[in-house]
Amino acid sequence: MLPFILKRLGLALLVAFTVSFISFSLLFLSGDPASALAGETASGEDVEAIRVLYGFDRPMLVQYGEWLFQAVQGNFGESYYFKLPVSTLIADRLTVTMTLGLCGITFALLTAVPLGVAAAVRPNSIVDRVALFISVAGQAMPSFWFALILIVVFAIQLGWLPPSGASTWRHFVMPTIVLGYYAMPAIMRLTRAGMLEVLNSDYIRTARAKGAGEGRVMFKHALRNAIIPVVSLAAVQMGFMLGGSIVVESVFALHGAGYLAWESIARNDLPTVQALILIFSMFYIIFTFLADVLNAWLDPRMRSS
Amino acid sequence: MTQETEKPLLSVRGLALDIPLASGMLHAVRGIDFDLHRGETLCIVGESGSGKSLTSLAIMGLLDKNIRRSAERMDFNGIELTKASNRQMRTLRGDRIAMIFQEPMTSLNPAYTIGDQLIEALRLHRKVSHQVARARAIELLEKVGITAAESRLSQYPHQLSGGLRQRVVIAMALMCEPELIIADEPTTALDVTIQAQILSLLVELTREMNVAMILITHDLGVVARVADKVGVMYAGELVETGPASDVFGQPMHPYTRGLLRCIPQPGKTERGKPLGTIPGIVPSLVGEVSGCAFRTRCLHATDTCREAIPERGEAPHEFLCIYPDGALNAEGELA
Ligand SMILES: Nc1ncnc2c1ncn2[C@@H]1O[C@H](COP(=O)(O)OP(=O)(O)OP(=O)(O)O)[C@@H](O)[C@H]1O
Ligand SMILES: [Mg+2]
Repeated sequence: MLPFILKRLGLALLVAFTVSFISFSLLFLSGDPASALAGETASGEDVEAIRVLYGFDRPMLVQYGEWLFQAVQGNFGESYYFKLPVSTLIADRLTVTMTLGLCGITFALLTAVPLGVAAAVRPNSIVDRVALFISVAGQAMPSFWFALILIVVFAIQLGWLPPSGASTWRHFVMPTIVLGYYAMPAIMRLTRAGMLEVLNSDYIRTARAKGAGEGRVMFKHALRNAIIPVVSLAAVQMGFMLGGSIVVESVFALHGAGYLAWESIARNDLPTVQALILIFSMFYIIFTFLADVLNAWLDPRMRSS
Repeated sequence: MTQETEKPLLSVRGLALDIPLASGMLHAVRGIDFDLHRGETLCIVGESGSGKSLTSLAIMGLLDKNIRRSAERMDFNGIELTKASNRQMRTLRGDRIAMIFQEPMTSLNPAYTIGDQLIEALRLHRKVSHQVARARAIELLEKVGITAAESRLSQYPHQLSGGLRQRVVIAMALMCEPELIIADEPTTALDVTIQAQILSLLVELTREMNVAMILITHDLGVVARVADKVGVMYAGELVETGPASDVFGQPMHPYTRGLLRCIPQPGKTERGKPLGTIPGIVPSLVGEVSGCAFRTRCLHATDTCREAIPERGEAPHEFLCIYPDGALNAEGELA
């Protein structure tokens, strides 16, 4: 197991370096950063002054090294728009997004996996149909619309939950449900399909022939094998939730990192965009790495590959 | 070895299995009877689709939910299997009746070590510590001829060859010292060179431990070597059952004779002469089935064969055919 982890870790680092270089280059892909920074009305001298001030005149690799050295210490430069350190700007927002993402994926897994298992145990039963209905509805319903319905019912009519903001855990209930429900259908269907396949396999029959009870057959022998693709999917979805929860964040006025990224792109606030892309990608890499390790633990055959 | 007067370990009467299909009811197994005594080996032979696997799964209580089972009697050591609850069946399975399946490559769980799976087999039925179960697992792995047994415990199925896996499966079946082992073509999926080894091992161990065995196989050579009793299955029926020496020495059913003609016999089969095959195909068992199912392929069939076939012969050698007295003489060379 350890050699596998080290190998995957090495691979993850390699990807991380590549991604960091790409996000660094973004600054230059979008044109001359110095003139962008100086503004359209600035004179040529001003642009040159800014170029020297920000160090854009140095060779690119030197700049990358410097930028990376700073970035790993959590120093991402100053936001063009807010004139604040990007790290301060991101810190709070990232906490909100991380909380939301973790709650969302947990909610999705806790509902989708049991439902998927139940649906697979009795295909075409009532449970299976209800599960199918829930998943189709989840896929058909736009997130913002579902969010608005929840707000109308639980915040406005019943008054149980606050409609917007991020100050207490209660603020996170509805966003978690909306975000989690978005991820749920795919997880559920993958669990169901995986369980159906595994339950038909010879080793499940062997387990039954040994005298194992249904619970043990389902959870010890079947689920462990069926859940493997679900782990990879959940990792991808978790990464997606961090960067892609803009809709949910804006409907509930949660102002997380996803929302900040969207705003910063609109404002041409390159250092912020760059930092966010780097951070999102790093999380993506971390989740994928964790998923690989978890899968290798679940399925010993993966350890050797 | 065994006295026929002794109460059989397993006594099956009138076992029938029906499977509802879109095209109608498939009568996959149609009223089979047999007795098996302690320590005996019953070999069931018959071509593909004749219902051998279904019969064994029916005894184990492991049939798919859509299959309907009925039987006058399925008595295992005083326990009526047709009336046993799921819980009762679960306590029997793996403990007193064990099963070995055809596919060693896929019949072990890829996610758990050999040790985990062997230990589980014992601890599902016996309140023993992990250490005790582990020791038993090592003992059995050694018994089935696996070297460095202790280090194998921490290996996963994918790290073992097919032959080794089937040895593990055999060890697993023996963990609780069952009274009956059902082995459904345990060597078919293996290399020819390994088949004989595994089979001898299985037979040796069941003899040594006085375990009764139902061995399902296509290989009549194997049957001749290991069977105490033979059951010949055709289209969902046991068309002939009896002590191996009787069935081989004096086959009564035309299908049995046909089968025996299919295997080359040293001395008897001339070189260069093609092996016998049974022409024709198995009839569909969907819908009403009446009379002898073999009549469409039988050289001796007459109009009477369309009617219900009475059981004939004297226990223990019984068969389902109305004709053999005459046929036997007509085919003197086979008798
Ligand atoms: N779950 C099932 N659903 C529908 N039909 C089935 C099912 N299981 C078995 N059958 C049918 O029942 C018949 C008997 O099957 P069985 O598996 O017992 O044959 P077999 O004698 O073991 O053959 P083989 O030598 O190929 O293993 C076959 O025609 C098969 O197609
Ligand atoms: Mg079979």
